Amino acid sequence: MATNEAAAIVPHEEPNPALLHHFVTEEQQKNAASLGMWLFLAQEVMFFGGMFCAYLVYRYKYFGDFGSASQTLNIWYGAINTAVLLCSSLTVVLAVRAAQLNKRKALTMWLVFTILLGLVFLGVKGIEYKEKFENHHVPGPSFAYHGTVPSHPDQQVNPRHAEIYFSLYFAMTGMHALHMIIGVGLFGTLAVWAWRGKYSANYYTPIENAGLYWHFVDIVWIYLFPLLYLIDRHR
Amino acid sequence: MFSHIPLWPDAASTNAGHVDALYIYLVLICASMTVLIFATLAVFAIKYRRSHNRTAHPIDGSNLLEVAWTVIPFGIFLTFFVWGAVIFFDERTPPQDSTEVYTVAKQWMWKFEHAEGQREINELHVPIGRDVKMIMTSQDVIHSFYVPAFRIKQDVLPGRYTTAWFHATKAGTYHLFCAEYCGTEHSGMIGWVIVMEPRDYQAWLASGGGNQPMAVTGQTLFAEYGCSTCHRSDTEGRGPNLAGLYGKPVVLEDGRTLIADENYIRESIVDPGAKIVQGFKPIMPTYQGQISDEQLNALVQYVKSVGQTSTGQASTGQAATTQAAASQPTNDQNTQAQPAMMTGAAK
Amino acid sequence: MATAVPVDVTERETYLNSGYGIKSWLLTRDHKRIAILYLLSVTLFFFIGGFFALLIRLELLTPAGDLVQSDTYNKLFTMHGQVMVFFFLIPAVPAVLGNFLIPIMIGARDLAFPRINLLSWYLYIAGGLLMVYTILAGGVDTGWTFYTPLSTEFLKTDVITAAIAIFIAGFSSILTGLNFIVTIHRMRAPGMTWDRLPLFVWSHYATSIIQVLGTPVVAITLVLVALERLLHLGIFNPALGGDPLLFQHLFWFYSHPAVYIMILPGMGIVSEIVCCFSRKRIFGYKAMALAVLAIAVLGFLVWAHHMFVAGISVYSALVFSLLSYFVAVPSAVKVFNWTSTMYKGSITYQTPMLYAFGFIGLFTIGGLTGLFLACLGIDVHVTDTYFVVAHFHYVMVGGMVLAYLAGLHFWWPKITGRMYPEGWGKLAALIVFIGFNLTFFPQFILGYMGMPRRYHAYPAEFQVLNVLSTAGATILAVGYLLPMVYFVWSIRYGKPAPANPWNAAGLEWQVPSPPPTSNFEEQPIVTWEAYNYEELGEIPDQQEVPVGH
Repeated sequence: MATNEAAAIVPHEEPNPALLHHFVTEEQQKNAASLGMWLFLAQEVMFFGGMFCAYLVYRYKYFGDFGSASQTLNIWYGAINTAVLLCSSLTVVLAVRAAQLNKRKALTMWLVFTILLGLVFLGVKGIEYKEKFENHHVPGPSFAYHGTVPSHPDQQVNPRHAEIYFSLYFAMTGMHALHMIIGVGLFGTLAVWAWRGKYSANYYTPIENAGLYWHFVDIVWIYLFPLLYLIDRHR
Repeated sequence: MFSHIPLWPDAASTNAGHVDALYIYLVLICASMTVLIFATLAVFAIKYRRSHNRTAHPIDGSNLLEVAWTVIPFGIFLTFFVWGAVIFFDERTPPQDSTEVYTVAKQWMWKFEHAEGQREINELHVPIGRDVKMIMTSQDVIHSFYVPAFRIKQDVLPGRYTTAWFHATKAGTYHLFCAEYCGTEHSGMIGWVIVMEPRDYQAWLASGGGNQPMAVTGQTLFAEYGCSTCHRSDTEGRGPNLAGLYGKPVVLEDGRTLIADENYIRESIVDPGAKIVQGFKPIMPTYQGQISDEQLNALVQYVKSVGQTSTGQASTGQAATTQAAASQPTNDQNTQAQPAMMTGAAK
Repeated sequence: MATAVPVDVTERETYLNSGYGIKSWLLTRDHKRIAILYLLSVTLFFFIGGFFALLIRLELLTPAGDLVQSDTYNKLFTMHGQVMVFFFLIPAVPAVLGNFLIPIMIGARDLAFPRINLLSWYLYIAGGLLMVYTILAGGVDTGWTFYTPLSTEFLKTDVITAAIAIFIAGFSSILTGLNFIVTIHRMRAPGMTWDRLPLFVWSHYATSIIQVLGTPVVAITLVLVALERLLHLGIFNPALGGDPLLFQHLFWFYSHPAVYIMILPGMGIVSEIVCCFSRKRIFGYKAMALAVLAIAVLGFLVWAHHMFVAGISVYSALVFSLLSYFVAVPSAVKVFNWTSTMYKGSITYQTPMLYAFGFIGLFTIGGLTGLFLACLGIDVHVTDTYFVVAHFHYVMVGGMVLAYLAGLHFWWPKITGRMYPEGWGKLAALIVFIGFNLTFFPQFILGYMGMPRRYHAYPAEFQVLNVLSTAGATILAVGYLLPMVYFVWSIRYGKPAPANPWNAAGLEWQVPSPPPTSNFEEQPIVTWEAYNYEELGEIPDQQEVPVGH
């Protein structure tokens, strides 16, 4: 009944080529993409949440052992990587801004900067992993750990508890690094398309959404850094 | 063959009667609810079937009804919850002076050791009229100790103790099942609980011959492993005096207070660094992997017995530290002081 | 009212005849075609899982483990569970009916992200193929629950591929849920306000929330299980200082809400059908919408009621028992409202309505027996016995599968443009109902008697009830095969369906059967409430389609 009476939607005078057929307006399309991204990030929070939950359980259970194992991490690598990631969040924001202002070259440049910073992070992470490997801190048959509980210099750390720390360390930073690699790949694609002029002030949703993703990965690190590196540095 | 089809399990413990009563209550309430809903559906379906002289009568709903059938069922559910909780509380609180049976489960058998020293496999002899407490652990995967006739089930985990208890009321032979899937021969991990008259049970205990009580075995191990060099019966030891420890509050080095239950004693042997007693140094080496579960059980039973019986070697002379711990129940944590409530609790 | 004149299927352009090549299907972004792809694939997995179930029941015909080896039996119940839960129960209603109907019901041309929708199907298929590979490579015997340390340290089977298969299928489920939420938020036609949404859409909205927020937790948990197995990490292994209960917490944090992923969409279907065949608007629309949301939210807070005997503390058991009673209330509210909807209606008993009756009855029993399991004192005795098996089959099979069949029959004319033979439909509904009860009711008694689940061989006193159960399973199998046969038959020989054979409310009945690719010629504008049956009148009489030809 009402279907027949319904007024047909007035078509746009100049349809945006990026408007997909099943959306009525550009605004609807943009809102949908943005809500979709936020839901995806909610999903990601739960995904990492499982590991954070496991971390909290064992941190509570093996308090001193975790403190000791945490002290073996090189705080400078962690700090440098934190700074690198924060900078990369800035370059992403600048990229979005450049898109809003129709600045194609600036957009591409900021995207490339973001990629470079992401690669620096992964490189530092690689160095850290290599050191873990050399120190036998990679969980598995060759794992070995000697150390004392920070608050009890005369108490040996139970290596099995330290191994759980390093298991979680590798699971969490590994999953984080995987997200970084995906992000770098994403920005690589976007940079090529940006250079070809696909994005403009009229259409930059992919840049914005990729930026949201990158900020999320950044925030995960903001939690990982204190939980893994800083928990026992107060002395 | 079909002349006798069993539809109800044997009831052979005090707990079985409690659970059955609650079950019948739930069955009655839920069956009435089901009948009510089915009857209403049937009446409506017939009475309001399509007919030519009547059309459907539009009704939006009724807030009063919505509230009513939210609140009333919830009130009924709460009675289920409270009654169920009371029984559960009872099931999880072994009486103080229970007869104790240590259980080690492994793929795919049950190994029992009575505190008196008798050992058996896949058979558990227990007397009528005594509280029996099962102190259980697993050597490999998770199993579950399940005696339908007692309406008792408790998962058995590797690396810690869980407990269950029952008070058998009827002589007979009852199924013992493993109720948690544990691999290939899961359905073969079954046995029998043999409930005996007290006199028969005494005879059975005596027939074993040559068994020494677990506490005695534990005492020997205590000396063999050199535990007694540090855990001395005076105040001079490098480790806490263990006399009268069991069931008492312990103040830890980080200020926490906990009750010394079986799990605490067990953990202190295999992972001594986990909980350091206030005033002591974390110098005890771990015994993880050096002693078997059976030896561990015996040691735990010995530690529990020290100071509880007049025959224990260290029964006199409560060490100052233990006494201090016992006499300073820190107020806010004192509420935890219900022994065995926390057994099996995930720490 | 919308034209009730049958349209000649062959002339009009529909989503079915808009392209014929295999590519036009495998690369389609049309939500209706993707729904058909899902329909075919979940049906396949349903029969794979059902085949395992039948073997399980055959083995249990006799107390001795004489048909298959115990290892084989363990693999059978494991793969029955994994295939049914992850590859049938969770995707079936949302990915088939939800996919097909949600955009049309809200007046949209497609889901918000058609390409992601297709990606979801490919992920599902990738996970499914890996699952089939796992089965062919010898299967797994972890139980569908993957309990550690059994799954991580002790079993020799291909646990990792099974875990990855479920991981991948999980992301298919997440993306479907994400797509639905965005679609329902952003793609509604003008006038389709939140309080005019069909309850089918509401229930999918609630389901999607669980899919998006719950599934990632089991995904990461299975990753940790796989890593633990590969590298012996020790996170869940007590021998290495880990805690096996942590695994159970993480697993049930998803897997209890997952039960609501299975049942909530079914509730939506039943709401549509009860209204249509009572010719009435739903009783208590707001309460019904609120109830599905309440179930979705509260469903996240009850997971540890699966662990009352697992070694959690008495106090947490008390909390989780109480919360479980909270989640029971909205389920009860729904049953009361369906029943009240029929009050003073004008009821007819077509096949979808028969299934809906079956659903309400069986879900009531399934729900009420859930109260037994939430009750601590009783749960200690009946958990991990056949009581639990019976309970969750009443909810998942009696509830979800009956709702799915109800929905398939209700919307079959819309999906295919053909009517199925009504007489056969009613017969099958009756067979399913009888077969189901005969299969699973005896298991309640078995459970209280103490027969543990996952037993390959069992003591002889349990045999009689097991024989009954196996007999019921045979009948049930016939009941499932029948619709399969006449549905396929109807595609070729069925009477062409009019746009609105049931004279039902809802936008999906205002488009032709089958719908055109773009769903709506013009953007619809909604000016009416949901279930405005008082404006629609009665269901037109249909002559019975003769069975056979």
